[in-house]
Amino acid sequence: MPLDASDLGAIWLTFKLASLTTLILLLVGTPIAWWLARTRSWLRGPVGAVVALPLVLPPTVIGFYLLLALGPNGWIGQTTEALGLGTVVFSFTGLVIGSVIYSMPFVVQPLQNAFTAIGERPLEVAATLRASPWDCFVHVVLPLARPGFITASILGFAHTVGEFGVVLMIGGNIPDKTRVVSVQIFDHVEAMEYQQAHWLAGAMLVFSFLVLLALYSSRRGKSAWS
Amino acid sequence: MQSMIHARLKVTRNDFKLDVDLQLPGRGISALFGHSGSGKTTCLRCLAGLERASDAYIEVNGQVWQDSRRNHFIAPHLRPIGYVFQEASLFPHLTVQGNLTFGWRRIPAQSRKVSLDQACELLGIEHLLNRKPATLSGGEAQRVGIARALLSSPQLLLMDEPLAALDGPRKREILPYLERLHAELEIPLIYVSHAQDEVARLADHLVLLDQGNVQASGPIAATLARLDLPLAQGDDAGVIIEGLVSSYDSHYQLLGLQLPGSTLELRLAHAPLALGTPLRLKVQARDVSLSLAEDASSSILNRLPVTVSGHQAADNSAHVLVSLDAAGSVLLARITRYSADQLGLHGGQQLIAQIKSVALLG
Repeated sequence: MPLDASDLGAIWLTFKLASLTTLILLLVGTPIAWWLARTRSWLRGPVGAVVALPLVLPPTVIGFYLLLALGPNGWIGQTTEALGLGTVVFSFTGLVIGSVIYSMPFVVQPLQNAFTAIGERPLEVAATLRASPWDCFVHVVLPLARPGFITASILGFAHTVGEFGVVLMIGGNIPDKTRVVSVQIFDHVEAMEYQQAHWLAGAMLVFSFLVLLALYSSRRGKSAWS
Repeated sequence: MQSMIHARLKVTRNDFKLDVDLQLPGRGISALFGHSGSGKTTCLRCLAGLERASDAYIEVNGQVWQDSRRNHFIAPHLRPIGYVFQEASLFPHLTVQGNLTFGWRRIPAQSRKVSLDQACELLGIEHLLNRKPATLSGGEAQRVGIARALLSSPQLLLMDEPLAALDGPRKREILPYLERLHAELEIPLIYVSHAQDEVARLADHLVLLDQGNVQASGPIAATLARLDLPLAQGDDAGVIIEGLVSSYDSHYQLLGLQLPGSTLELRLAHAPLALGTPLRLKVQARDVSLSLAEDASSSILNRLPVTVSGHQAADNSAHVLVSLDAAGSVLLARITRYSADQLGLHGGQQLIAQIKSVALLG
């Protein structure tokens, strides 16, 4: 068996983290993306920019600020302590919070593009056919934006799997709690265990390629609304 | 006229201003007619609630849909309307049947006045039910769009240039269905168009819009015949005559159509139709010539005694437009100014109108 128990633990933890992060991002990102796609408020620019920040910032910068905010003296940390939850840095919960922020643009932007592409007309048609805005969202917008949701889920998941800097800053390196695959590879290399590193790195490479292959192959000649 | 639809709308948008006060009959087809940019689509969208005019009062069948003074606005999905867009705008993720029943499923069962079968039969789309919208032709898609609007059992049907996106043959494919709707439906229909031939064929009531204002509003025949409106000026000017089939000459295959409220008859070459069938004819002003006396030597079929009720210079100084009273029906004639002077044209003058051709609408 080329992968030992700690490797498998890291893979399982990574899978758990990416799944949970993607789920939360779909729930949080959908209203944000809908608002960004529809609003005429001046806040659209600033909010869009904040959501996109993780695209350009070094993960260490996000990790540094998260560390301060989630730590015992940070405002989120003080809130979680006041609620009796303790601080969440160096815990799985902290990793989830960090990943949600880090992968936010990879979910919000495909959704926003999908919503924008739907345009005004289907919503108007639905309204003239007695559908309330919520009814219309569920029965017209969601099905029409399905390709966008698929893209958003895949990118959100894959990007969280590939996370390293933020994890290291706020999660540390605790087996089965915060030691994800990327950190495990780093450890193997540090320890000169190149054979182990090869197996994990190779698996990541194949996984990432397959994900992107699935994504780009499914995007052929589909227009949402004609 | 008992007014059932009242819409007072004021919209200001960049360089466009709409300021109208519409009183439309509660049944039949009312056409909003005008050039692009005249505000007709905006009127329709305000009626549907898709646009919210800043200053508006909209009342349909005694229900107030919008009253900006009381800050009262009923959301579009709560208005009992059916809306047909210029493009069929079918939901691509649903089949034709899914599209048709989208509105139908959202109204209470006791409010459903039209069944799926009836709507399909009325628009000839029974065979398309399992198809996806992407596989339909433009004409088929628009028929589905119309049926979909009907199936939400609206109290008011709104159509925004439903034929404008279609080519000539597709238009001719749909027009008969619209005429059937006209004949079989009890609900009022507001039809936005910039095509005079569609309006002449379908409308009972005509509202002429120009740069956001109502230029004229009235029954179609009377409004088309008004000399003071630009409609009478164009080369296409003409009147609409509605009458009942009163005779058929099988030897010459000529159909006789009695003018309403008179014994005068117009004749046209046509296949036989049942006596009493209502028909709508268009008589172009340029096809009507005038003479002082009955001229039996002419090949012209329709010669009617008329009285001159008014005349006015046409859009060019060589022609004169004359409005004529043929026993209660109005005709327009476009003749040269030279001929007018030769006839000594004056109001109340008795003349013979020679009608070179009449066109059966629909």
